[in-house]
Amino acid sequence: MKLKTIALAAALAATGAAQAQLSDNIVRVGVLTDLSGAYSDIAGKGTVVATQMAIADFIAKEKPAFKVEMVSADHQNKGDVAANKAREWFEREKVDVVSELVTTSVALAVQKIAKEKNKIALISGAASTRITNEDCNDVTVHWTYDTYSVANGTAKAVTKAGGKKWFFLTADYAFGHSLEKDASEVIKANGGEVLGAVRHPFPGSDFSSFLLKAQSSGAQIIGLANAGADTINSIKQAAEFGVTPKQQLAGLLMFVSDVHSLGLKTTQGMYLTEGFYWNLNEETRAWSKRFFEQQKRMPTMVQAGQYSSVMHYLKAVKAIGGDDTQKVMAQMKKTPVNDFFAKNGSIRADGRMVHDMYLLQVKKPAESTTPWDYYNVVATIPAADAFQPLLASKCALVKQ
Amino acid sequence: MELLGIPAKALFGQLLLGLINGSFYAVLSLGLAVIFGLLNIINFSHGALYMVGAFGALLGLNYLGMNYWVALVLVPLAVGLLGILIERTMLKHLYKLDHLYGLLLTFGLALIAEGVFRYYFGVSGESYPAPEALQGGVDLGFMYLPLYRGWVVLASLVVCGATWYLIERTSLGATLRAATERPELVQALGINVPLMVTLTYGGGVALAAFAGVLAAPVLQVNPVMGSNLIIVVFAVVVIGGMGSIAGSIVTGLGLGVVEGLTKVVYPEASAVVIFVIMIVVLLFRPAGLFGKQA
Repeated sequence: MKLKTIALAAALAATGAAQAQLSDNIVRVGVLTDLSGAYSDIAGKGTVVATQMAIADFIAKEKPAFKVEMVSADHQNKGDVAANKAREWFEREKVDVVSELVTTSVALAVQKIAKEKNKIALISGAASTRITNEDCNDVTVHWTYDTYSVANGTAKAVTKAGGKKWFFLTADYAFGHSLEKDASEVIKANGGEVLGAVRHPFPGSDFSSFLLKAQSSGAQIIGLANAGADTINSIKQAAEFGVTPKQQLAGLLMFVSDVHSLGLKTTQGMYLTEGFYWNLNEETRAWSKRFFEQQKRMPTMVQAGQYSSVMHYLKAVKAIGGDDTQKVMAQMKKTPVNDFFAKNGSIRADGRMVHDMYLLQVKKPAESTTPWDYYNVVATIPAADAFQPLLASKCALVKQ
Repeated sequence: MELLGIPAKALFGQLLLGLINGSFYAVLSLGLAVIFGLLNIINFSHGALYMVGAFGALLGLNYLGMNYWVALVLVPLAVGLLGILIERTMLKHLYKLDHLYGLLLTFGLALIAEGVFRYYFGVSGESYPAPEALQGGVDLGFMYLPLYRGWVVLASLVVCGATWYLIERTSLGATLRAATERPELVQALGINVPLMVTLTYGGGVALAAFAGVLAAPVLQVNPVMGSNLIIVVFAVVVIGGMGSIAGSIVTGLGLGVVEGLTKVVYPEASAVVIFVIMIVVLLFRPAGLFGKQA
């Protein structure tokens, strides 16, 4: 009896201690994304929906002792707007983790604030490798993809398949240059050659002049080092001017939403690399179907990655019974990620979540049997090869 | 053969492409110039109405099976009616106030239109196929010209010419111009001036929608396609001379060509070259190249 009381008291004390570690017994997840601008189709409201799904699933399955709430805001793709919002959330609204953060400038600004306030940043939509290199810190996780992993996968596969001579159509800002550089290195390493590049203003609408240059360059492959509407218009106009199919296009950063908007007739045969595709297996189809019911669109890799990152975070909070930033980060890094989104996933010292990526080829219209059935999976790029090697990282947290 | 260190073949190709882009500038800046010249309204919703025109063609095709040629006639008429509605219900209350109020109202309308389309269609937009008769292209020797692009130049020139003729060379045009200079006097002669003003605004808006339908097969139809273009088109109007009909047509085509050449020589500057020209023109000829010096 006495023993039992002591055990009970100890258990109560332990729970009490765990409770005390969780500030006000509510975990608040902030979703800071582009709700109205150029990236609102790849991220946007879909990432808010994905976060709500993650929270609902977590509560239903894990039955935590704490509450989970979500706040969301539009950062308008502006670093300063995002930084102010993140600061307000951390300081006044007791937000514990800020997530999504599409657009590199936004991600870089907010990961700094997170470090300053000792809170966690989970990045899904932003692309730059700077997040886990020069600008890395110990409170940030870069979840879904980066310029290296998408450029690497596509450029390597296309070069190895015989596309040796490349010409780049590059958006004239940091992101475009970074994509071009990452891809060029891979092309040269695999015996290919870069004949030239043309830098187009961002955003552009008419790409015919640039395509004409690419056409006369004699390259076999035209690498599109741009994104969103620029990529879409480049592809559309390449077909119009008879550039394709004589020369082939390789989209270095493309999303399933881009293919959806262009249609298979224009995009068929293109290679691209993504971190997720809804039609990979039973698990991805089941989750994506639930997502589709709410959003009326299939998820992009950014939206699926958002669910995965928030779920991983919430499980870590439950496991350690508190929201202390360093302890949660340690728990997240120590736990492998294996869910419908990520296979063989793990978070490295530089904050990069590495997982299998997929080299995809866009189907011919006749091969597509259901709506949103757009890709053939050409190869699975194993987690270990998909991302920049840790040894090459410029992150100060990586012990050389 | 080389000119300015550039192969002649590439140069001709880029000149032609410049002319094609210039055609869009010409039709859009013409609509703006008509509205400004005759109504003194700085129509900031012009880009949005161009976008509505492109979406009109797209939705007409998807839901009503309306083909391109029908859309090219019906969509500008429908959007023109929308313009008339805007003029009758909102703009007409602002004529006695400063220009700035018209600008703010039309800017607000543009933001609303973009927001509504973004809500329903997302930002990636959809593709509109070129009409079957104009698919494919011809090899000109120096470049491959898609037939549709050739049609764009032709259609723009015809519409621009007809508009110029209507306003500058017919008695209807003369009455219109008189009505903007001395509305009371023209009204006293028994002419319904408010009706003429309304129809003019509708006409200017219809030109924007016409450009939108023309652009639909060339550009991805998306809610922000207008806002990307409108600033450039305003610069074209300023360079040509605010309100000058012929000025806006010639400047539109000319600046398209200049932009095309910049893309050959130094592509990075192609987005700013028009604005550099605008500054130079404003410094030396503040009323624009074809404007009447005050």
